[in-house]
Amino acid sequence: MAAVTALRSSCRAAGRLVCIHRVRSCSSIRFIKSKYVCVFDKSALKFSHQQRLFRTSAVSCGQIVQFKLSDIGEGITEVTVKEWYVKEGDSVSQFDSICEVQSDKASVTITSRYDGVIRKLHYSIDEIAFVGKPLVDIEIDASKGVAPEEDVVETPPMSHEEHTHQEIKGHKTLATPAVRRLAMENNIKLSEVVGTGKDNRILKEDILNYLAKQTGAILPPSPKAEIVPPLRKTEAVPAAPKDKARKIPVPVSRPIVFSGKDKTEPVTGFQKAMVKTMSAALKIPHFGYCDEIDLTQLVQLREELKPLAEIRGVKLSFMPFFIKAASLGLLQYPILNASLDENCQNVTYKASHNIGVAMDTEQGLIVPNVKNVQVCSVFDIAVELNRLQSLGSAGQLGTSDLTGGTFTLSNIGTIGGTYTKPVILPPEVAIGALGKIQVLPRFNGKGEVFKAQIMNVSWSADHRIIDGATMARFSNLWKSYLENPASMLLDLK
Amino acid sequence: MTVSCHWHFSFVTKARCALAAFSISRADVPSIRYPIIKNMVLQSLKNCLWPFCILRVPKACFRSTASGGLIIQSVSNDVYQNLAVEDWIHDHMDLEKQHILFLWRNSPAVVIGRHQNPWQECNLRLLRQKNIKLARRRSGGGTVYHDLGNINLTFFTTRKKYQRMENLKLVVKALKALRPQLDVHVTDRYDILLDRQYKISGTAAKLGRTSAYHHCTLLCNADKFVLSSVLKSPYKGLKSNATPSVPASVKNLFEEDPSLTSEILLDAIAKEYATQHQIDHHITLINPADETLLPGISNKTEELQTWEWVYGKTPKFSVSTCLNMAYKDSVLDVKINMDVKNGRIEVCNIDLPEHWLPPGLYSELIKSLTGSKFCPNETTTLVTTLLRVCPQDDELHSRWNLLCDNMIMLM
Repeated sequence: MAAVTALRSSCRAAGRLVCIHRVRSCSSIRFIKSKYVCVFDKSALKFSHQQRLFRTSAVSCGQIVQFKLSDIGEGITEVTVKEWYVKEGDSVSQFDSICEVQSDKASVTITSRYDGVIRKLHYSIDEIAFVGKPLVDIEIDASKGVAPEEDVVETPPMSHEEHTHQEIKGHKTLATPAVRRLAMENNIKLSEVVGTGKDNRILKEDILNYLAKQTGAILPPSPKAEIVPPLRKTEAVPAAPKDKARKIPVPVSRPIVFSGKDKTEPVTGFQKAMVKTMSAALKIPHFGYCDEIDLTQLVQLREELKPLAEIRGVKLSFMPFFIKAASLGLLQYPILNASLDENCQNVTYKASHNIGVAMDTEQGLIVPNVKNVQVCSVFDIAVELNRLQSLGSAGQLGTSDLTGGTFTLSNIGTIGGTYTKPVILPPEVAIGALGKIQVLPRFNGKGEVFKAQIMNVSWSADHRIIDGATMARFSNLWKSYLENPASMLLDLK
Repeated sequence: MTVSCHWHFSFVTKARCALAAFSISRADVPSIRYPIIKNMVLQSLKNCLWPFCILRVPKACFRSTASGGLIIQSVSNDVYQNLAVEDWIHDHMDLEKQHILFLWRNSPAVVIGRHQNPWQECNLRLLRQKNIKLARRRSGGGTVYHDLGNINLTFFTTRKKYQRMENLKLVVKALKALRPQLDVHVTDRYDILLDRQYKISGTAAKLGRTSAYHHCTLLCNADKFVLSSVLKSPYKGLKSNATPSVPASVKNLFEEDPSLTSEILLDAIAKEYATQHQIDHHITLINPADETLLPGISNKTEELQTWEWVYGKTPKFSVSTCLNMAYKDSVLDVKINMDVKNGRIEVCNIDLPEHWLPPGLYSELIKSLTGSKFCPNETTTLVTTLLRVCPQDDELHSRWNLLCDNMIMLM
């Protein structure tokens, strides 16, 4: 081994890399294309075909190491492979997870001992793997000058240190290949870093601390932290910059380049269905109509009724009032509670007022509806809304709750906004979106300025069967019910 | 005979200085003849030790494998937070100097093993109804039901010192010390049996690169009725290579001896661990929500709750069953075949009578289900949304709803 390493270092100095010598001295290493001699010098690079030769040869010069399954302990000889974290062709670094195996209630994560590229997986999922037999073949990248532990291939692994050290003569700094690469990527000389590991070995934290001192960058937490009894902060070095980082975000120029990657995900399931629905909605010619409602009286009324509802175990919001008022309006303007068929041949006037309430959940927008609002009291509606809301947040709404809607109200104001442009949900023909309630100055009948609770409503309707005048009259009626809640009593059925 | 001492310190070096001042070293102790003086010397040696100093003295008669130790208990009953603590300790703590015993209890939850299939193992519908959480742990093994009447013990060691039998023997020893009349013993499947027939403890383990942990449960006073009903799967026609659970009849220790509570048992086990590792019988409480103490813990907690982890990590399985749908005056037999990978429907076949649904709609349903999560909520929202772009025909709607409701029952 010493002969090889000495040879390699002298060759590097000469600017040449000779792989063919390795074939002779290390008989246990296999080569794919040993016929290509990767001898080159700087003059040869001028010729393009030789450049090509150099490149392909460099790949084939990596030695393939068979990574054997290490001892699990307790005398176990075989395990089942349950999940692969890598596939053939992936590059791995030392300590990256390769696979998950299971044996008798124990789940074991197998990590890579080398940096390199996976060339072969010896087992597929659910196959039995044997301890001591090869698990994967890894091609170690020779150009990076890593010294793999060739002796590991033969000896039973996991009984000695995993850090490579002292095999490369002349090096005084001890560090693992992963640490060396990190230092190289950041242009740090290992001789300048203080090692805190065993025998002054340089660990990954030491490199990160060194970087932190240079740039004041925010560090990831120390990997070897300790839980301190009795709950004192650890004395690990990153603690100080971390505290500062929590208080004020410090804009720093990081030496480590962050490569954000675009993430592409397929559109599946519910999202796919929404795409279809919205594309169909696009075919409906929408028109909008917006207005402003003075809810001062309604706010007062709700304050009075809230405790009564609570006694009955129900949370009373503004929605039951909005829904009931809409239903009363629909009785006068039934065209808004209709449905137009696909060919625009027939209009179906729906008898039931199944008013949908848009809900924002983790998945996205769902619209459960309150059935038969025309025969429900405000309290009944409140009860039903409570039920739908609790089911919706638990993700347990049934198909009957989500189908059969004829008209929709969307209370986007709970999140924010004033005027919006809602999209009609087919097969309906109209939708209303309610903005937030704001306290604004308005003039009363006497010309005095008073504090008014103002909410904005934005209606959208299908212009093929509904005209602006109808929508405006419906909106005015709805508005009058809400601005003067006592008037609802006259028309309540 | 000389006895060598190894000193382990957490942070303080005062004790080292203090002991250096002592002229009598521990090596001389065995040679002191008069027992009273010997005891006094030993006692004063102990007194001068700084509380955080952990002394390891190999006994003369047997080679002690015990090293320094730390006993911690979680203040939280949230299964995800507690599992996250296990992950955190496994990933971040150096266990060379001290082993750790972690004690925890959860509010009602079902915990499945790393490579198991939740549809095969438990009644997911019942879990959703009763608001019982479902969690997937990172260790292998079978499915267990947790509630506050069940205690969990996790033994953290380095990978080399991984020893399940020793840990379980410690638990049995603690139980016997507490109540000598208890008939408890460890089987070679790493279960603890009461009265030679009832399982009171199950085991699972996780091994990483440098560290390992072995955790086990102990039934003190769990709700056996809920346990048996949630761990019975109603789903038929599932075929998978996931690790199956081995059902066993269980009994609570409380039933054997009503004076036993979870607290008493936790304390007894902590005491035995402290004795074996020669440390103070002191339990440190930790809060799994404390990000400053355990940096990165909230990310781990969140990951354990994601659908991708709990359901998405299920090994590939297939569902092959027949729906008996009562429609009008007849009963339809509809064969369903689905392949589910990573919790998502990869392939879906529904064998319906010809033209029961319009062909365009049928293919739309299959296309939408493919790639969708094998989840009732996702499927419900998907099918109800699709219905919006169907022809508005009541007959069609009722058929659609009937089929979809039946399919959702499979999930």
